[in-house]
Amino acid sequence: MIHASSPAHPAPVETTTGLNNRKLLMWIFLGSDCMFFGSLIATYLLYRGKSLVGPYAHEVFNIPYTSISAFVLLMSSLTMVLALSAIHRGDMRGLKVWLLATALLGTVFVGGQYFEFTTFVNEGLTLKTNLFGTTLFVLTGFHGAHVTVGIIILLSFYLVAARGRLKPEQHLNIELAGLYWHFVDVVWIVIFTVVYLTETPNIVT
Amino acid sequence: MAAVSGALPRWLQRPTTYSGLWGWVVTVDHKRIGVMYGVTAFAFFLVGGIEAVTMRLQLATPANTLVNPDTFSQLFSMHALTMIFLAIMPLSAAFFNIIIPLQIGARDVAFPRLNALSYWVFLFGGLLLNAGWLFGRSPGAGWFAYSNLTSGPFSPGSGMDYYVLGLLVLGTASMAAGFNFVVTIINMRAPGMTLMRMPLFTWMTLVTSFLLVLAMPVITVALIELGFDRFAGTNFFRPEGGGDPILWQHLFWVFGHPEVYILILPAMGIVSEVLPTFSRKPLFGYPVVVLSGVFIGFMGWAVWSHHMFTVGLGPIANATFAITTMFIALPTGVKVFSWIATMWGGSIEFKTAMLFAIGFIVLFIIGGLSGVSHASPPADAQQQDTYYIVAHIHYVLFGGSIFGLFSGMYYWFPKATGHLLHEGLGKLHFWLAFIGMNITFAPMHWLGLDGMPRRIYTYNSNMGWDFWNLVATAGSLLIAVSTLVFLWNVFTTMRKEKDAPADPWDGRTLEWSISSPPPIYNFRTIPNVYARDAFWHQKYVEGSDGRPRPVPTGGATAHSEGHEAAESPHDIHMPGLSYFPIILALGLALTAAGIMIHLAVVAAGVLITFFGIYGWAFEPADPE
Amino acid sequence: MAMNHTAPTSERAHPTPARYTAIALILAVITVVEVAIVYTKFLQPVLIPLLLVLSATKFAMVAMFFMHLRFDNRLFSVMFVGGLLLALAVIIALMTLFGVFFA
Ligand SMILES: [Cu+2]
Repeated sequence: MIHASSPAHPAPVETTTGLNNRKLLMWIFLGSDCMFFGSLIATYLLYRGKSLVGPYAHEVFNIPYTSISAFVLLMSSLTMVLALSAIHRGDMRGLKVWLLATALLGTVFVGGQYFEFTTFVNEGLTLKTNLFGTTLFVLTGFHGAHVTVGIIILLSFYLVAARGRLKPEQHLNIELAGLYWHFVDVVWIVIFTVVYLTETPNIVT
Repeated sequence: MAAVSGALPRWLQRPTTYSGLWGWVVTVDHKRIGVMYGVTAFAFFLVGGIEAVTMRLQLATPANTLVNPDTFSQLFSMHALTMIFLAIMPLSAAFFNIIIPLQIGARDVAFPRLNALSYWVFLFGGLLLNAGWLFGRSPGAGWFAYSNLTSGPFSPGSGMDYYVLGLLVLGTASMAAGFNFVVTIINMRAPGMTLMRMPLFTWMTLVTSFLLVLAMPVITVALIELGFDRFAGTNFFRPEGGGDPILWQHLFWVFGHPEVYILILPAMGIVSEVLPTFSRKPLFGYPVVVLSGVFIGFMGWAVWSHHMFTVGLGPIANATFAITTMFIALPTGVKVFSWIATMWGGSIEFKTAMLFAIGFIVLFIIGGLSGVSHASPPADAQQQDTYYIVAHIHYVLFGGSIFGLFSGMYYWFPKATGHLLHEGLGKLHFWLAFIGMNITFAPMHWLGLDGMPRRIYTYNSNMGWDFWNLVATAGSLLIAVSTLVFLWNVFTTMRKEKDAPADPWDGRTLEWSISSPPPIYNFRTIPNVYARDAFWHQKYVEGSDGRPRPVPTGGATAHSEGHEAAESPHDIHMPGLSYFPIILALGLALTAAGIMIHLAVVAAGVLITFFGIYGWAFEPADPE
Repeated sequence: MAMNHTAPTSERAHPTPARYTAIALILAVITVVEVAIVYTKFLQPVLIPLLLVLSATKFAMVAMFFMHLRFDNRLFSVMFVGGLLLALAVIIALMTLFGVFFA
């Protein structure tokens, strides 16, 4: 949705509310995406503990590992906001560095997820094994897909900036990419708690 | 994305054609997109109508063998899907597109290319949903496709795949349109048009757009889960894997009830415009009508399990949803009283648009009352899955939505095309449709209470259902004839010269202040709005007797044009045309279709999608 | 509209990079606390409410500071929080209907 508006209109029209159309669009999109992830999370929670066969959540989850993943994604929100801060100051070098750092941290997260999924499969948990596998893979997979889209957006802006074609006045582009990125981060904050950390009564035995 | 300067390869330049077929393909003009929505949706409406008449012919006599049970299942499923997703919703979208920018005094929607994208995605999604008629088979598990009827063993073949993928694509189109119209209505209003000065149709479009934006993600998730069950063998709705088919019902109706309001609110908005115009009175209780519309939008989220009273959710859940459902009837009732009070004491002109609006009120009251009767779980237990429900939804969706939309078609046809539809043929259309509709659907109330289940392909003659079924079939043919009259009216009208004045009905809202059809930039000067019913107040002042009196000539235009220096049309900047909406839509549809066909098709679809997105992002703002 | 960035109502002074880093530090600490309490035996009875409060705090901090909702026009918050609360309501309603809270 980032790209959804006409890019460089002379924009003679002031908006009714004084708010930027594209930014308003982004926030409505994020509100709508809340319903998307809300429905997926609802499905996960309704089926929690209802698997007929194993492996079960507490048998495959590796909380320390996922905590580091969560930490990486959290820090990518910091680098993202530093990128925005850089372009606000007109610091295009800083912008490029922080954009690349954010994309890199995002890639580490997605890579970590790929490795986690592989481990689960090796332990006998696939999409089809049980309700846990079905709901977990689909929920976290769609989150991972969101992160991947975010990485592509960030790298695109990095390339445009690297070719000197992103001007400091166009900071709204970075701001909107940032909003999307932070949203993906907060979704993981929820998933990390609701899906991973609450499995603990079984960890502490 | 970024504005790219410098010379670009030719294929990245903005197209410049406004004429011919190609001009329509690359258009981003909201009026043209609206017309495309309208024509496409009406074509689908005819397809859905043919499906309906085929079913009625099969049911005309007992033990009939016109179609086999399998085909019948596909017919009733596709009839519902077509009418809901491919006729009523896009017909409403046609009005959003053509009318909203005109009513709020804007030159276009907030995101013209996104608007074009919505249309193309809708078109390709509609074709994908219907592709089953040509390739394989069509969905046959009803429009709400209850699990586990939809799982592999019970729905073999590709039928339900078209359902999953077609609706996913269509959902994307609806969400894109929803985003666009929320931003447009919030941000593109002319100076002075405060929220409480917005025309009612604009208000109902705003509420509908919010519902689209928030409800479509829920069905998207449900469809994704069903898709995983079908394509990847997951367990979401498969009891043998621990899944709970009831979850599908919940997710579907969490979407499904707001969807009901997505279908009816635009029609209510249209009627709220037509009634004041032809009664020559402002809408009675405007703030109350607005607030009840907003309230319906909120409450619509709290009633969904009334579709599931017979599932066995337990007395507490049933009682809760029965209460919320009876409660939501209140704001709807308030609206009905406001409409009647608007006509009360007005100098009513019975133009065709007005007849359809009055027909809407009458039929919607009947449908609303039968609706309240199954808000009560014990009563619903009798009515569930009988023709009584079929009668109810057709009074609400045909007598309600479709009559409201026809009212809007007669009302705004001159604005959109410059042609006034023939009033005599219009009235013939109305009376045939009104009588035909009652002959078709009223008997279904008795049939249902007499125990005739819905979705059966035939019945034995010893059930006592023969007579009313024959009557209903006769009525459906009458409706078909009425639709042909409408088509004939449109056909003959369009062949005549453009004769519509700017303001044929003595309208109240801004769209009537500009020519019919409007110029590409709509308003030469963006109007200033000083009151609700903005255009009416430009034309009339209140005389000492409290009756409206025309403003003397010359004064009428003082507010809008005249004194302020009108911009020359050449200086008005309009958004550039674009190839990329249709390319992006093609990519999305191909990706979806590929899931059924082959991974290579998915890959091609994704590639085209990427090409579309990047071309979209990097194309220059103007042709060079 | 891209250039039209100086919407007067929508931008108050943004935090400095140092401030952003401080916020990220707090978020990191909360995450450490979350993981730590998971392994703390005597907190098990109140574990779930505790975790929910902590993650809601993180959520709110990212939304308010990194996404600027604290400094931006309230309409943006309305759009986002509206969707968020509705999603939350649907989740809670569904969990109630499925007897998750009192089986
Ligand atoms: Cu309902």
